[in-house]
Amino acid sequence: MTELLQYLVSGTTVGAAYALVALGFTIIYNASDVVNFAQGEFVMLGGMVTFFAWQAGVPLPLAALLAIVAAAVIGVLLNKLAIERAGAAPVVSLIIITIGASIFLRGGAQLVFDKQLHRFPGFSGDEPMNVGGVTILPQGLWVVAVAVMVFVLLYVFFTRTLTGKAILATANNRVAAKLVGINTDYMMSLSFALSAAIGALAGILMTPISLTSYDLGVPFALKGFAAAMLGGMGVPVGALVGGLLLGLIEALTAGLVSSTYKDAVAFIVILVVLFWMPQGLFGRKSMERV
Amino acid sequence: MLSVENLRSRYGRIEVLHGVDLQVRSGEIVTVVGANGAGKTTLLRCISGVQPISGGNLVFKGEPLQGMPAHRRVALGLAQSPEGRQIFTSLSVEENLRLGAYLFADARVDTDMAEAFAMFPILREKRNLAAGGLSGGQQQMLAISRALMARPACLLLDEPSMGLAPILVAQIMDVIRNLKTLGVTVLLVEQNAYAALRIADRGYVMETGRVTMQGTAEELIADERIRAAYLGV
Repeated sequence: MTELLQYLVSGTTVGAAYALVALGFTIIYNASDVVNFAQGEFVMLGGMVTFFAWQAGVPLPLAALLAIVAAAVIGVLLNKLAIERAGAAPVVSLIIITIGASIFLRGGAQLVFDKQLHRFPGFSGDEPMNVGGVTILPQGLWVVAVAVMVFVLLYVFFTRTLTGKAILATANNRVAAKLVGINTDYMMSLSFALSAAIGALAGILMTPISLTSYDLGVPFALKGFAAAMLGGMGVPVGALVGGLLLGLIEALTAGLVSSTYKDAVAFIVILVVLFWMPQGLFGRKSMERV
Repeated sequence: MLSVENLRSRYGRIEVLHGVDLQVRSGEIVTVVGANGAGKTTLLRCISGVQPISGGNLVFKGEPLQGMPAHRRVALGLAQSPEGRQIFTSLSVEENLRLGAYLFADARVDTDMAEAFAMFPILREKRNLAAGGLSGGQQQMLAISRALMARPACLLLDEPSMGLAPILVAQIMDVIRNLKTLGVTVLLVEQNAYAALRIADRGYVMETGRVTMQGTAEELIADERIRAAYLGV
C-alpha cells in the first residue's frame, strides 16, 4: 500500500511537469494549429541556463528568471526567423520547421554549454519529507503547485481576456483575425514567448529532481506531446489532466511492471489515442458548416 | 474618402487586377458588380490589406494604405465583412462580436453589441453557441455585425447575399441601406447586381480584372447591356 502511494506521489510530480510541457504545446497549437516539436528544447534551456547562471554566481531565483526570459526570447526568434518567414506554408511544413529548430537548439546547447548532467538545489531544500511512510520531495510540491497555478492563469487568459481570445481567433481564421484589427504576427510571437516560458519553467522545476542536460528536450517533448494528445490537443484542461495521467501511468508501469517499459508508456498512449479516441479526453468535436 | 488608382494585384504570376480605378465618397453606398472571377473579392482584399498589390495607389481618408498592415487599416476605420462568412467558427457568437470591437474597450462596445442583437435578434438567441453551428444566413448576419462592431467609417461588404434565401437578401439589403443613415460609407461587392444597385448611389461593373462601366445606380439599372448581362431581363 505504501509502495502504491509512493508511485502515485512520484507519478503526480513527473505528471505535473508533463502537464506544463503539454500546456506549452496547447498555446502554440491554439494560436497556429502548429505542433511545436521544439517545445522540449525550451524545457532543456530552462534547466541549462539556470544551472550555468547559478554556477557563475547568480542567485538561484534570478538565474531561473533569466532562463525563463532567455527561453521566451528564443521562442520569439523561432517564430520571427523560421515560422513567420515560411509565410503561408502548410501546417505540416511548419511542424517540420519546428523539428529542425529543435535539432538546431540541441546542437547549439551542446556547443554553448556542455554534455554533462547538471543539477542545482531544490527551492525549499532537498530534505525528503516522510508522510505515513511515503517519501515526498519538497521540490515535487513545487512542481505540482506551479503546474496548477499556470493552468489556472492560462484558463483565465484564454476564456476571460480579449488578448487570449484574439490568440484563439488568430488560430481559427488568420484572415478574419486581421480583418477585425488583430495584429496576428504579434499574437504568434506572444504565444511562442508564453509557451517557451512555460516550457523553461518546467525544466527549472524538474532539474533538482531529475537533472538536466543538453539532450533532455526529446523525451520531454515526446511525453508532453503524448499528454497533450491524451487530454485533447488545444484544450488547457486536457493538457493538465493528460500530463498528470501520463505521469501516473508511467510511475505505475515502472513500479508494478518494470522500469524498462517506463518510456514505452508515452508511445503506447499516443497509439491508443490515435486508434480509439483521436479527439483525446477533452477534445472538441470539430463542428463546422461547409 | 476611399480612392483606388490603377490598382494591380497578382496571385503568383497571374495578374488578376489590371489597373482598377474607383472612388468612394463619404456617405455613399457604392457597389461593385460583376460575374464570378471578375476580381471583386481581390479588390476588397487589397483594400483591406490581406492581399498584396503589385501596382497603383490606395488612399483612405487622405492616408496612403500601401505597406500598412491590415490591422492598422481597421484602426483607421476600414472594416470588412469578408466573402464566405469568415467568422471564428470555434468561438461563440458573442465572442465573435466582441472580437469585432477588438480595438476598443469602452462602454460603447456593449451598446454596439446590443444594437447588433436588435438588428438580428437570432444572434442574441444564439449568443453563447459556437458560431460554426449557425446557418449560412445567420453566419452572414454575424459577419456583417462583427464588421460593424469595429465602428467603421467605411464598411467593405463582400457578397453579403451569397447563398441566402430571397427574403434574407431583402433583409440584409435593408440593413445596409440603413447604415447610410448612421453615417457609414459602404463599398458593396455583389454578384446579385439588381439587389445591390437598388440600394446603391453609384456602381461600377467589373469584368476580368478591369472596371468596364461606371455610373449612378439609376443609369446602370437602365443600361441595356447591364440589363442583359447581369440583371437577367
